[in-house]
Amino acid sequence: MARTIRLMGVVPLGDLSAYVEFSRTLDLEVNALVQRLAVAVQARGAPYIRDVVPALGGLALHFDPGFEGNCVSAAVELVEAALKEGISVSADVLRTVTVPVCYEPEFALDMQEISQKTGLSREEIIERHSTGGYRVLMMGFAPGHAYMGGLDPKLAVPRRATPRAIVPAGSVAISNEQTVVYPYSISGGWNVIGRTPLAVFDTERQEPSLFASGDRVRFKPIDRAEFMKLAQKR
Amino acid sequence: MIRVLRPGLQTSVQDQGRYGLQHIGLCPGGAMDPVALSLANALVGNAVTEAALEITVIGPELEFESDTLVAVCGAEFAGGFPHNRPVLVPAGGRVNLGRAARGARAYLALAGGFDLAPVLGSRSTYIPGAFGGFRGRALRHGDALPLKAESAELSRERFGRLKRRRERSVPWSAPSHTLPDREPIVVHVLEGQHFADFDANVQRTFFDTVWRVASDSNRMGFRLAGPLLARTATDEILSGPTCLGTVQVPANGAPIALMADHQTTGGYPKIAEIASADVPRLAQLAPGGQVHFAKCTLEMAAELRKHMRDGLEAAVRGIAWEFGA
Repeated sequence: MARTIRLMGVVPLGDLSAYVEFSRTLDLEVNALVQRLAVAVQARGAPYIRDVVPALGGLALHFDPGFEGNCVSAAVELVEAALKEGISVSADVLRTVTVPVCYEPEFALDMQEISQKTGLSREEIIERHSTGGYRVLMMGFAPGHAYMGGLDPKLAVPRRATPRAIVPAGSVAISNEQTVVYPYSISGGWNVIGRTPLAVFDTERQEPSLFASGDRVRFKPIDRAEFMKLAQKR
Repeated sequence: MIRVLRPGLQTSVQDQGRYGLQHIGLCPGGAMDPVALSLANALVGNAVTEAALEITVIGPELEFESDTLVAVCGAEFAGGFPHNRPVLVPAGGRVNLGRAARGARAYLALAGGFDLAPVLGSRSTYIPGAFGGFRGRALRHGDALPLKAESAELSRERFGRLKRRRERSVPWSAPSHTLPDREPIVVHVLEGQHFADFDANVQRTFFDTVWRVASDSNRMGFRLAGPLLARTATDEILSGPTCLGTVQVPANGAPIALMADHQTTGGYPKIAEIASADVPRLAQLAPGGQVHFAKCTLEMAAELRKHMRDGLEAAVRGIAWEFGA
């Protein structure tokens, strides 16, 4: 990648975490570099670092409570050392996750509303959503919850005016130019257009989370029968 | 085994939390007051990392099947169970903690801990995700909590090692480190990432107000009741990482302090960040409890952290000495 990233600043999130900021707006190239940087910082294996969390425009370093120093200067040192060594493309997570989605009406709670708002038919919405290439921009909000960029701009609708108290687990939803898959039955305001039978977060799995920052994601339409078959395998 | 006769308001198994998973959206969780948890563990001869019961505002009533060395630390409960000291509860004995009289959260630790498998490296109950601890949930009436097979033997052996002891307990107690002496408590904060997004009046209001912990506060966050804070800046905030003790201001203007089961990212402006040493003290406020924020620097927050840690380490060493270590 031709571009490099420039450190905007480091903000303490309390005395045991620091936010290393590279951009205040969503810039996909910066986002991809931040994800590689997070991998590189993690790989340095600093004993006083408990978590390295890449976000949309920067990364957070969370420190062990036994850490004796200044979290801001330690974060600057670690990040600068990683940047100096260069962030290699091999550190990139070149994984593609394929998510089967059933777009049938019983799962697509907001399909009609989206159809009205976008002027697209149900078939066109499914076609556009399932042919898009997505990338996980950030993990957050709940365990296994991935914010994915790459939604067809024609499908960009705002969040629902009133969030649902319960969005069923596995619901595939859209809002603005992003898409998400709800890992649990939780409250949420995104527009639901289908459901996956896969477990998004499973503590019994070797990799509990189906998604990780930087993953490429594709959605594959499936019918009811396939949904039931896959749901039973869980 | 421990049988739950009454579960209390919210009693759950918690340890020091699960780390290294925030990059997939999982918060560390664990005890809201890890200092009190560490003391409770030390008082029964456990490592401070062992899991215990976190008891919230209204205590449970428990029946112990066999002799069990127990300690309750943190909030003081009115039920008359000795506070901050090891107690040998005899087989068939019942413990009824009653209501919290001072503080909001107590930790009941027992020698050897619970016989529960860790999930993702921790025995902490993560209630929103329904995993960890005892069946991923708060205790219910009739639950039977499994203890280690050697629990009774370990309990008698450890109690026997205590240098100064009476029939069932000791004539001393460990000091509390996180209980409020009086309210409002003073909690130190650093300016948050978006502090400058609020105008001088709002900034002053934040520090001048005695905030009350709202009744809909929980392990995820404490909602703070008081004046509403309006953000002056109008540009959109990019969602970013949050952590334990982040004070964010949602669109309705009522600030929320993020607690143990917090979300790992958020898109609300962050007005302040609580010094890590003061988070367990805030966790000891019950709904209606009062808190006043005082500004501090990163260096001061690090000093407070060192002071809290040194105090806890000294207390743990003192307790180990009582066990003849």
